[in-house]
Amino acid sequence: MKRFALVILIIVALLAACGPAATPTVAPTSLPPTETAVPPTATPAPRTLTVFAAASLTGAFQEIGKDFEAANPGVTVALNFAGSQALRTQIEQGAAVDVFASADHKNMDTLVSENLVPSGYQDFATNLLVVILPPGNPANLQALRDLAKPGLKLVLADASVPAGNYSRQILDNMSKDPAFGADFGKKVLANVVSNETDVKSVVSKVDLGEADAGIVYVTDASAAPDLKTIPIPANFNVIAKYPLAALVKAPNADLAAAFVAYVLSPDGQAVLKKWGFSPAGQ
Amino acid sequence: MPRLFPRRRTHTFPGWVFILPSLVLVALIGLPLVALVWRSIDRDFFTYSLSAAALNALKLSLLTSIISVGLALLTGTPLAYLLAHWKFPGKSLVELLVDLPVVLPPSVAGIALLMAFGRMGIFGPWLNALGITIPFTTAAVILAQTFVAAPFLVRSARIGFAAIEPQQQEAARIEGASEWQVFRHIMFPLAGQAILTGGILAWTRALGEFGATLLFAGNLEGKTQTMPLAIYIGFEQNTHIALVLSVVLLAVSLALLALLRKFEAQNQPGA
Repeated sequence: MKRFALVILIIVALLAACGPAATPTVAPTSLPPTETAVPPTATPAPRTLTVFAAASLTGAFQEIGKDFEAANPGVTVALNFAGSQALRTQIEQGAAVDVFASADHKNMDTLVSENLVPSGYQDFATNLLVVILPPGNPANLQALRDLAKPGLKLVLADASVPAGNYSRQILDNMSKDPAFGADFGKKVLANVVSNETDVKSVVSKVDLGEADAGIVYVTDASAAPDLKTIPIPANFNVIAKYPLAALVKAPNADLAAAFVAYVLSPDGQAVLKKWGFSPAGQ
Repeated sequence: MPRLFPRRRTHTFPGWVFILPSLVLVALIGLPLVALVWRSIDRDFFTYSLSAAALNALKLSLLTSIISVGLALLTGTPLAYLLAHWKFPGKSLVELLVDLPVVLPPSVAGIALLMAFGRMGIFGPWLNALGITIPFTTAAVILAQTFVAAPFLVRSARIGFAAIEPQQQEAARIEGASEWQVFRHIMFPLAGQAILTGGILAWTRALGEFGATLLFAGNLEGKTQTMPLAIYIGFEQNTHIALVLSVVLLAVSLALLALLRKFEAQNQPGA
């Protein structure tokens, strides 16, 4: 009879586990243990704010998340970093997300057109791109033109990733300059050995010394100080605009709005500046 | 064969105690696959499945996985033979080591491969001296696949070799057969079934390899972008491409499994 009860218990547990709708890729909430009696205090019920942010925002948003938690007792900020295109896909597939911070307008606009994000979102930061080289510079790159050197192992973010899209725009811009030549972009792209799924993977491959060069955001380069960099002049560079928005179906709409406001506030902007981002201007 | 409700009138478990949990699992595995096929089959199926990127990925996946299984057979069969029939110091350690990739997350395998055979890996300088660079090449894809897939072959072949009655080898040795002749004419044919089964399992595993490939070989169409990578990248560009590629890979995997079943059934006609 005891065994029978156990079997029932397992089945019930199984059914319960598949009962609620699946909530993909949301970090687990840390709930207080139910056995211990919670003393009646003024602390509000614990809540979790889920923020999806572009991989390039990793350091800055981790810090902003901690600050936001400190300013809002009882609130846990669950952060999910990946390529903006991956996050956009997860949101489209029904991930329960409060705030989305993208590294480009394209992915945000897609969500607006699908009525997942209200129109009229705001930019909160901008970024530029830079060429990174591994410590020791094994391929001996001295200038941007060396990116076209045959046999160079170049790693870019995939064209679907904002950083990969910007990188290709920069190569296009350079190809228009006679100093580089019309086939410059083509020659550089022929050196690509891998199209990574987010910009941080480009940094890792170069940092490990497996690739000779990569194109990433200046903020990624400053987060990995042992990397050498070759700056990209302003006339070729692309200004990456970072928008953020509370989602239409945000489970915690009030917290989501508060988080967006915090990122745009002087405190949030100071953290972004510290991590190398530029203000969005107007 | 027991009937559905074998002893329903006695005070033992009613049948549903078994049926209900079974249904949960069957649904968990079956429903997503049905949904995948359901959602992917429409007007654009052939546009996407016959696109250049998809065909490149399929070609590369088949080529690399076949080479990986070949490598696994060439190196894994002798190893399985040693493990089944020889006694040597450190044998249990080797057994543990060879089983490890089965339980290891593929991302760990990818990082480990980079640390060993990457340009800056431990053996990198030696490989560089020979003019060999492995990361970001098709060779890296094959190494990653062999790393994760070969253990399946070794496990299966080892069990096959171990199941052979020792008398059969003894008899051959008494007749004056060398170790190679015993292997070639007695052991290999008798364990052929198990080796084949292991080979097909390794093949399916190699086809599905994703994590180690992404880390060790990168992602470049036609060179290192296998089906699973194309599916992952495709999912973020256009869900439909990913769906169609997934169905193609599902079909290939099903065909391999059917092959496996056929070989298994041949040996056990009663089953």
